[in-house]
Amino acid sequence: MSKPKFAMYWAAACGGCEIAVLQIKEKILEVGENFDIVFWPVATDFKYKDVEALADGEILLTLFNGAVRNSENEYMAHLLRQKSQVLVAFGACAAQGGIPGLANVSNAAEIKELVYIDNPSVLNPDRVFPQERFEVPEGELDLPHLYDTVRALDQVEDVDYYIPGCPPEGPQIWAVLETIIGVLKNGGDLPPKGTVLGAGTKSCCDECSRVKEEKKITGFKKPWEVPWDPEKCLLEQGIICMGPVTRDGCGGRCTSVGMPCRGCYGPPPGVTDQGAKMLSTLAAIIDADSPEKIAEIAATVPDPLGTFYRFGLAKSMLRRAKV
Amino acid sequence: MKKVSIDPITRLEGHGKIEIFVDDNGEVANVYFQIPELRGFERFCVGRPVEELARITPRICGVCPEAHHMAAAKAIDACYGAEPTRTGKMLREILYNAFSAADHTTHFFVLAAPDFVVGPMADPAERNILGLIAKVGPEAGGKVIQMRAWSHELIEIIGGRSVHPVSTVPGGVSKPLSKEEAERVKEIADYQVEFAQFAIEVFNQVVLGNSEYVDLIMSDMYAHKTYYMGMVDENNKVNFYDGDIRVVDPDGKEFVKFAPEDYLQHLTERVEPYSYLVYPYLTGVGWKGFVDGKDSGVYRAAPLARLNAADGMSTPLAQAEYERYFETLGGKPVHATLATHWARLVELLYAAERTQELANDPDVTSPDVHSMPTGITGEGVGVVEAPRGTLYHHYKTDENGIVTACNLIVGTTNNNAAISMSLKKAAQGLIQPGGEISEGLLNEVEMAFRAYDPCFGCATHTLFGEMPLEVAVREQSTGEVLNTVKRFV
Repeated sequence: MSKPKFAMYWAAACGGCEIAVLQIKEKILEVGENFDIVFWPVATDFKYKDVEALADGEILLTLFNGAVRNSENEYMAHLLRQKSQVLVAFGACAAQGGIPGLANVSNAAEIKELVYIDNPSVLNPDRVFPQERFEVPEGELDLPHLYDTVRALDQVEDVDYYIPGCPPEGPQIWAVLETIIGVLKNGGDLPPKGTVLGAGTKSCCDECSRVKEEKKITGFKKPWEVPWDPEKCLLEQGIICMGPVTRDGCGGRCTSVGMPCRGCYGPPPGVTDQGAKMLSTLAAIIDADSPEKIAEIAATVPDPLGTFYRFGLAKSMLRRAKV
Repeated sequence: MKKVSIDPITRLEGHGKIEIFVDDNGEVANVYFQIPELRGFERFCVGRPVEELARITPRICGVCPEAHHMAAAKAIDACYGAEPTRTGKMLREILYNAFSAADHTTHFFVLAAPDFVVGPMADPAERNILGLIAKVGPEAGGKVIQMRAWSHELIEIIGGRSVHPVSTVPGGVSKPLSKEEAERVKEIADYQVEFAQFAIEVFNQVVLGNSEYVDLIMSDMYAHKTYYMGMVDENNKVNFYDGDIRVVDPDGKEFVKFAPEDYLQHLTERVEPYSYLVYPYLTGVGWKGFVDGKDSGVYRAAPLARLNAADGMSTPLAQAEYERYFETLGGKPVHATLATHWARLVELLYAAERTQELANDPDVTSPDVHSMPTGITGEGVGVVEAPRGTLYHHYKTDENGIVTACNLIVGTTNNNAAISMSLKKAAQGLIQPGGEISEGLLNEVEMAFRAYDPCFGCATHTLFGEMPLEVAVREQSTGEVLNTVKRFV
């Protein structure tokens, strides 16, 4: 009997998710034993037409990382959905838009104007821009279309599961793969559709080793403005930490070196908008005697959009009125 | 005219694509190397507090996030007027050199060495890390895995995480190193030095011991006489973390040496309509097209370039290897692109020795890990040597430290023009009228490209071996595929 087929694809991503998969070390051999890897651009044959030639649903499991930023990314999202029984949004970019989603404060034309004209190291008096189709003396060359808006995978396709994290932690990745391999071998049911896998059901604070006491803050500080203390909760010291509004699963790595959480594991269960939740969380812990004073202190957060929506802007409730 | 597409290769910021046009005589007319993706970091870094760029820009590349983290940290120091403390700087450098050693290890053993150890024309099923282990012995595989795992452990101790580390703050790092952690760091550094010597021994045996490979490395098909760029310390020795940028001409003479913050006077980027990635060149020479020579502003960066641009290495074992490298290859500068692999091993040894040197400094466990900002200066340039070339981060901020402008020139981008030229030269040398486009030929074209270790040559090759390619020979007018050569793992 042939082995079930596995695919992994990167769209608008950094490659960190691929490195994270390697962090499962020798366990990757078990993936190889249990799956026939049919498509993995860095690891196996990566021609798109080989995927196109597969029957619908022929791939059992596809881990899709990266956001949808251009026409090629979107094409692959549709193609892999069609060919896969289980499509997983793998990593923060696929699950929530991730850091590339911060580009939704801008649009394609503005980005190109900056990168190809305004950047101080660029010299481009003829205003040459990359073209989707371009005639060279020898023939024609083409490039994908850059979209104005970055989208998470489930904003362009139907997604079965989510594995959050930037990147997902190795042991978490292995736990998910082990579960799926177990179901394949021994039968049983896969988790219900839409489940967030490879993460907990609480918040990052639950796994952070720092001691939490009463949160009462009168203003915000930067990590270097407080003395090093491996024990004390960062938020209680006035450092903006997304831990309370972030799903657990990473092991509290950033806070262990005194750096605040930035929310890469996405919102915990029951929270749809991580940024909005963070605003209300902060409002509740600001130590002031009037709503005006609370609002005044809350307004001193330097970059609410880039801090509260660091990884989740594309999927947030925030929508621009015009591109 | 026919079009031969290698599409997609794999990624830089997205997927790479090589288009080879073959004329009616069957000769290569031109080659285009295209990058089809743009994510716009320079735009969305604007509006963020500048210190957050050390946590945002690593997402440019998950293969070398440490390089972006460090270049950002240095630019942020400048924006905040925060000179790093001795220990803060040391901890950053330990992390960074350990990372550089690990990254060079992955590239040499997983991507490059199979071509030499197993052979460029060998069966692709054997021409991979597993074939290499079969040839060199299973203990070699174990050593590579341990080197990678331990190096990443070190990165995690100082940086918090091994992919996308987080621990730099203006003027240093966030967390002191405990005594126990310092002991472990020392142990890892010792192993890195031992491993680097082993790597050079492997290279001696399998590459230098085989005159065919030495001839291949030195063949004109894989050579370009270009300018070379690299960071140097006050003695003009290679340094990955700090120093001035030195550029030598194709004769090896110093062309210019500049402080990182003056980079705009010396570098210009060009836009081509068929790629989303720009092409930097030396302003002082000017753009003359995709050509080499003294009159062309095309320069190269990364290991080959860094050794050419420096006068030596600051650590003893690496210095001895540096001397042997130039003696063996006929003196400075070395133009042979494939010599990059040896240069990478000289650097691996340097990075390991440098990690060890710093790890043994008694100040390494000092609690004085960062200074305090002296005030927002409004601008900062941070430059490090990323494994794949000199990495420039340049930020401007308002009076509150909010970023108003961000300009980045990333490692592989430096070599964008040179990669295009190397591919063309290799394809012209290899694709002959009437000749068959074989798998081995594909691999030899790919070798021209692989030597640069372009960022998409990532570590996922570890278990699956070769980078697979497909070449489709197309009728230019109809786009019909006439012939296909595929290479699987």
